[in-house]
Amino acid sequence: MSGVRVLVGTRKGAFILQADGKRDRWEVQGPLFGGWEVYHVKGSPADADRIYASQSSSWFGQVIQRSDDGGRTWNPVGNQFLYDGVTGTHQWYDGTPHPWEFARVWHLEPSRTDPDTVWAGVEDAALFQSTDGGLSWGELSGLRTHSTGSSWQPGAGGMCLHTIIVSPSDPRRIIVAISAAGVFGSEDAGTSWRPLNRGLSSGEIPDPDAFEGHCVHHVAMHPSQPDVLFMQKHWDVMRSDDAGEKWYEVSGNLPSDFGFVIDVHAHEPETVYVVPITSDSEHFPPEGKLRVYRSRTGGGEWEALTSGLPQRDCYVDVLRDAMAVDTLDECGIYFGTTGGQVYVSSDGGDHWEAIVRDLPAVLSVEVQTIP
Amino acid sequence: MIRVVLPAHLKVLAHVSREVQLEVPGTPTSRHLIDALEAQYPALRGTIRDPATQQRRPFVRFFASEMDLSHESPDSPLPEAVANGQEPFFVIGAMAGG
Repeated sequence: MSGVRVLVGTRKGAFILQADGKRDRWEVQGPLFGGWEVYHVKGSPADADRIYASQSSSWFGQVIQRSDDGGRTWNPVGNQFLYDGVTGTHQWYDGTPHPWEFARVWHLEPSRTDPDTVWAGVEDAALFQSTDGGLSWGELSGLRTHSTGSSWQPGAGGMCLHTIIVSPSDPRRIIVAISAAGVFGSEDAGTSWRPLNRGLSSGEIPDPDAFEGHCVHHVAMHPSQPDVLFMQKHWDVMRSDDAGEKWYEVSGNLPSDFGFVIDVHAHEPETVYVVPITSDSEHFPPEGKLRVYRSRTGGGEWEALTSGLPQRDCYVDVLRDAMAVDTLDECGIYFGTTGGQVYVSSDGGDHWEAIVRDLPAVLSVEVQTIP
Repeated sequence: MIRVVLPAHLKVLAHVSREVQLEVPGTPTSRHLIDALEAQYPALRGTIRDPATQQRRPFVRFFASEMDLSHESPDSPLPEAVANGQEPFFVIGAMAGG
């Protein structure tokens, strides 16, 4: 019988939540790598047994773990993330130059076709690639050395490359997003890059419509429509119909268009989910009500999904990589909170229940659909 | 043999449960000691020293013979009692909550 494996990264370790296709009874495994921050755990679409995890701490730096048996056992692989050549500087929070310094891996994106190929988005922002299962890493340095690099600046969480989308129709096309630089695209497998931020407007930078400097929080794509991208920006929910060439706002009737996560239904490419957050300094849901908003029209018109979610006194956050969807016939939607809850909806968002309630603060949620 | 006591997280990473013993070639220094440690336990590479700079990580400290060796040159000889295995070399995670 098919099932799901939910991979949860938290402030103090990783957890694996497993259920069969009904998604009503869950086994909880963990904590894995207890005491370490686990920013991201993601499985290979090409081999469900292959999972990569980013484990880091302020004390002992970055470790990459790999499992070849679906998360039962793990082994450290390569953790040498060395920038190519002279690293130069980017902008610090106050606009002064600051040297590029590796801090951690925020996001691991395994290849759709090769279990040994995986990309890593890191802080300070850069893109690395491994083609040997994570044993060694090389920087795709054309991104960091882009002519705009010296003007990039960190968001509150650091200057992180947090989104990596490799086109299912053309693996040479890669789109990444950086806080706070914006979206960048490559058509040549990561050798050269250009900003894809036309249409974005941000009041936090001197020129609100600049080609770079935007605090993009997350970007999502449905594999059947590689040219359609959905973005949760610092403020504003945005959409592009031409692979990022031009963006337009689809915030519509959301109670707040600030937020972090955004994702797309597995079988309905125009059904999109966000979790509105009050503001850039109030990282909790408006009115203390945890609401997922769903648009069935590709943005613009949104409905609140509340059944099973706390509708009073709730002041958790949902971070940028903490929402995922499975690909079962009845699409499951998952998200985790900084309060340690991981919620699932087995009916596209109509009803929610907590799989777990008391994990450490959740940093990321991914899901594998197991045949 | 030089004896090294690791902090709990690095013991887990290296799959060891107690202090480790190392053959450190040449003059025993903290640089040579960490080189030998990383060679014997590859999972520890980059966890004590930054891979790019080879500098001790800021939240890691080195103690031995009731002295703080964290700020000694990595090429200074280790105390005799550490070099001859009488006393262990401690790798310590800086005291901090979180």
